[in-house]
Amino acid sequence: MATFVVPANVSIVEDAETLRKACEGWGTNEKAVISVLAHRNATQRKQIRQAYWDLYQEDLVKRLESELKGDFERAVYRWILEPQDRDAVLANVALKKSSDYHVIVEIACVRSAEELLAVRRAYQARYKHSLEEDVAAHTTGDVRKLLVGLVTTFRYEGAEINTRLAKSEANILQDAIKDKKFSNDEVIRILTTRSKTQLMATFNGFKDDQGTSITKALLGEPADNEFKRLLRIAIRCINEPLKYYEKILRNAIRKFGTDEDAITRVIVTRAEKDLLDIKELYYKRNSVPLDQAVAKETSGDYKAFLLALLGKQD
Amino acid sequence: MAHLQELEALTKALSGLGIDEKSLISILGKSDPARRTTFRQRSTHFFIEDERSFERWDDHRINLLRLEFVRFENALVLWAMHPWERDARLVHEALTLVPQSYRVILEIACTRSSEELLGARKAYHSLYDHSIEEDVAIHVTGSERKLLVALVSAYRYEGPKVSEDAAKSEAKLIAKAIKNGDKKNPIDDDEVIRILTTRSKPHLKAIYKHYKEVSGKNINEDIEAADFILKETAECLCNPHAYFSKVVDEAIRNDADHNTKKALTRVIVTRADVDLKEIKEEYNSLYGVPLTQKIDDNANGNYKDLLLALMTRD
Repeated sequence: MATFVVPANVSIVEDAETLRKACEGWGTNEKAVISVLAHRNATQRKQIRQAYWDLYQEDLVKRLESELKGDFERAVYRWILEPQDRDAVLANVALKKSSDYHVIVEIACVRSAEELLAVRRAYQARYKHSLEEDVAAHTTGDVRKLLVGLVTTFRYEGAEINTRLAKSEANILQDAIKDKKFSNDEVIRILTTRSKTQLMATFNGFKDDQGTSITKALLGEPADNEFKRLLRIAIRCINEPLKYYEKILRNAIRKFGTDEDAITRVIVTRAEKDLLDIKELYYKRNSVPLDQAVAKETSGDYKAFLLALLGKQD
Repeated sequence: MAHLQELEALTKALSGLGIDEKSLISILGKSDPARRTTFRQRSTHFFIEDERSFERWDDHRINLLRLEFVRFENALVLWAMHPWERDARLVHEALTLVPQSYRVILEIACTRSSEELLGARKAYHSLYDHSIEEDVAIHVTGSERKLLVALVSAYRYEGPKVSEDAAKSEAKLIAKAIKNGDKKNPIDDDEVIRILTTRSKPHLKAIYKHYKEVSGKNINEDIEAADFILKETAECLCNPHAYFSKVVDEAIRNDADHNTKKALTRVIVTRADVDLKEIKEEYNSLYGVPLTQKIDDNANGNYKDLLLALMTRD
């Protein structure tokens, strides 16, 4: 469920005018920006961009980019983009700047098949390359095989489960883990082609058989294997995305030196989806409301924006 | 004398691609028992002398003949189908009926546009409750698996923008892989797979262009001698009209086997709304004979009429 609050009566034109006024003259009225944008859904934000263009012949996004700064600017920029465009930008940044390949795994594994397709289209429109082209060119070896497989799959989304297959593929995974051959072709095949329902049945079968979850079984030596790390993330994103996101937030907030990129990414990309469920999970796990934890570790307009997305009303 | 002519006509009606239904009806349909006995006695390729003194259909020939009877029906059904369903069914058949014929999968993955291939993947979900990549990965083994799975999963950028520098360096990579061909199969080379399965088609054409500069040889010569699958992939991606012309020519030859013959229907039907005109031109320039004439000479009856109708629409 979404967290941020949208008022009952919204005037798109007024919103565009409010934003224009907020950007005019000396400095920027960040509060006004937050009061509008953090309380509009994706459709409304798109309409506001269009209205702004119609009224002022200027790209609202570009204007905001130049007016705002720092973490606040990054958060607003990601928020105002359409979801598939946002994911395309996140993927590109992960590839070319941060090498945070887990972001790519997140996008590939949490989004639905159609959503991932939309991301691939948006990526092409923006960067004039296909997503898989850039992923392949920036990675090598087994990490490349895994990531390219994950971003190019168009998974079947039916509910059918083949129990016999789930068992046999759970065995294949178990053998790979036992032999520490995590990156063999069969592991990649299973993870990058099977439907999510089938995979969950496989992971369940694994747990029933081995007494421990596959992600737990993947812990341990070797510890700093990038492929193994990404493999675990893929499995967690497919199997239990909410828990995954809760952990990302927990690590980002607890870490010495808060990881604003991670906080922004989770809150902005999930605010319209399941941030409410992630909040509940966070509270259960940490005994502190997410709002409170975020408020403690962030400041200024950035903090105000995040809290608004988390559900705070002015 | 009329007998002899009739016999010749009947033989022709039953040889080649498809069946000349009209001739069979007018000659065989109107024949009396004596005429039919003569027909059986003289058609030693269809009938064998049974030890109990009667002319018996050769079982093998009946089966072959049945395939010819059904050629028109299959062509029509394929023609009426939505292109997405067509391609999905063709891939499924290639995987499940003929384990070793990867050509059809290559053909579809490489010659379709990005959206057409996507459509085929969607139809595949509906028809088979699996994703196309799932089934390709399970049914294809060996070196070909990585290549084919990546090819069917591609969603290539289709714009004109090409990085000449990247194309040049990738031409070098491919040249090196082909040169080392006797030590390591080029399609086992990760970089070759990356380039062939993720780069846009204009980019691949640019690589072709640069190949001669960097390796001194024309890429076609090098590839001719290299792995068959590499050759077909490159041709489908960069010169589909030549590829289709060759495939069709092989299908029409007298010594073509059952699967090779099916290519004629497949190519004409799947390209009729796309680029059949260009394929006809290429065929003419490669073989010096109009394709329509080749088909007129070698096909029969409704099957022939249907193909010619598809080829001469305007």
